[in-house]
Amino acid sequence: MSCADDRIGRQYQQLLRQKGLAVLLGGGLALLAFSSLKTGSLPLTWGEIMAVLLDPEADARAAHVIQQIRLSRTVAALLAGGGLGLAGVIMQNVLKNPLASPFTIGVSQGAACGAAFAIIILGAGTIQQDGNTGFLAGSSLVVLSAFGGAILAVGFILVLASLEGVSTEAVILAGVALSAFFGAATMLLQYFADDLQLAASVFWTFGDLGKAGWAENALMAAAFIPPLLYFVAGRWNFNALQWGDEVAASLGIRVKRLRVIAMLLAALTVAVSTSFLGIIGFIGLMAPHLARPLVGNDHRFLIAASVLMGALLLLASDIIARTLLAPVVLPVGIITSFAGAPLFLYLLICRRRN
Amino acid sequence: MLVLDRISFSFKGAEVLREIGFALQPGRLVALLGINGAGKSTLLRTINGLLPPQQGTVLIDDIPLTRLSGREVARRVGYLPQKSNGTAVCTVFDAVLLGRKPHFSGSPAARDLKLVEQTLHTMGLERLALRDTSRLSGGELQRVMIARALVQEPRVLLLDEPINHLDIKNQLATMSLLKRLTTELNLVTVVVLHDLSAALRFADRFVLLQDGRLYACGDRRVMNETAMREVFGMEALIREVEGIPVVLPLAPCTP
Repeated sequence: MSCADDRIGRQYQQLLRQKGLAVLLGGGLALLAFSSLKTGSLPLTWGEIMAVLLDPEADARAAHVIQQIRLSRTVAALLAGGGLGLAGVIMQNVLKNPLASPFTIGVSQGAACGAAFAIIILGAGTIQQDGNTGFLAGSSLVVLSAFGGAILAVGFILVLASLEGVSTEAVILAGVALSAFFGAATMLLQYFADDLQLAASVFWTFGDLGKAGWAENALMAAAFIPPLLYFVAGRWNFNALQWGDEVAASLGIRVKRLRVIAMLLAALTVAVSTSFLGIIGFIGLMAPHLARPLVGNDHRFLIAASVLMGALLLLASDIIARTLLAPVVLPVGIITSFAGAPLFLYLLICRRRN
Repeated sequence: MLVLDRISFSFKGAEVLREIGFALQPGRLVALLGINGAGKSTLLRTINGLLPPQQGTVLIDDIPLTRLSGREVARRVGYLPQKSNGTAVCTVFDAVLLGRKPHFSGSPAARDLKLVEQTLHTMGLERLALRDTSRLSGGELQRVMIARALVQEPRVLLLDEPINHLDIKNQLATMSLLKRLTTELNLVTVVVLHDLSAALRFADRFVLLQDGRLYACGDRRVMNETAMREVFGMEALIREVEGIPVVLPLAPCTP
């Protein structure tokens, strides 16, 4: 074998190793997904779960618990977590900022403000209790309004991003300002709310996978899969963007158009899941940062790894939320924020050491 | 061949380039010279289509740039910006492979990988192929950037101040390499330089810009003491030391 052939071979071995790591991550996800199906107040063995998955007629009660509650919740975690990871890695790339995430640019706060508007001004949604789990009844209007708030934030950021001469740093800062604005608007609405409205409004902000059923999952999938395919197809464009706008443009990439489309699709993915589930912080920020040490900055692998990492994090957080104070089920948003903050600080310290 | 036909470009009402026109033959290393703000970087950006001129035409091998898509331009023009607003952390191999982006859809083919191998060999970067770009010296990274532009298989190579921030040894090595590649690959290579001695030593042709206008375009004879005074605003001597031309700046001209 010639020296050159040898080098190509080594290069490919490295790429295969990276792919292998991403696949391993996916393997971990499958195991965790099964653990999620086992977690809950009704004790089920692995055998019973498999039996129900293969033949739902065998045990009607177990089938209902698995299919309508646990499987639906697990799929919601995979879709929402994957979507948050996807949005995080894309936003960090196109805004050239490691702190960019759906949470940072104001999408989550926009949704919260929209939900508060529907609950307090339009009188939609009331809290009801089902065993150890609370839920928001009559929440279609709340979801629509939350989506409207998220889209408002997305629209503002997109208009700003498409303006001539506006830097990516300015977009991030505008997102922070927008978050503060939506936060203030939410507080203003809550100030004039009665006790029940206030409770419902605050309850909505607790990101909770229990809010999702199969219909919500279908919509989340519709908002997640097409953007994922678009981003995977454009993986080389995102690699080029890392070298700066001029380099990317000189390679034939329409940078401005790419940035606007990428932001729009990433934000839409998150807007849909946030509208259904509430605010789930840190996953969008953390997933790409946890994926990078495994596969590097190459978006051929980083996009898939961030999606898998986001799904993994949310699924793991949900299992903790369901078992930590069982039989009480905590909203998963509390767990992600509690775990996310120290984890992020740990990563910062590791990076500083490196 | 690269032809600029009366190029004009304005930004926010201010005229940056005015009716610039010249033709450059392949196999020539061209030094684009002028003081700060003369319009050198803007001119490079108009040549590669990043800043379309309001008037005039850029032709590469007789094809107007306006008839080509961004991707088609990228197959003909390699560009190294003055400063990049990003540096990705990846292997040298991947950084150079990115230059094949205009040539493939989806994933790179075996020919793309082979060309990267050859270019790394040409640039003396073979031993760094799997090294992280974050672990390269300034000179090594600059060579990687040039390799990425070369692997595009361009007809025209545009380099904006490629030897700035390099030590003297790397400056000489980079300019010698560019000179050799220009001849071997029959490229039109346009290099923005501030080092006039390096320009005189390595370039075959000289384009002198003054306030966005073409002051002169020609061979070494345009680099005379009058041009030093009128274009660069300094009194200078041009001498040869052991056959190597040197510009000796004396003093700034009094206004």
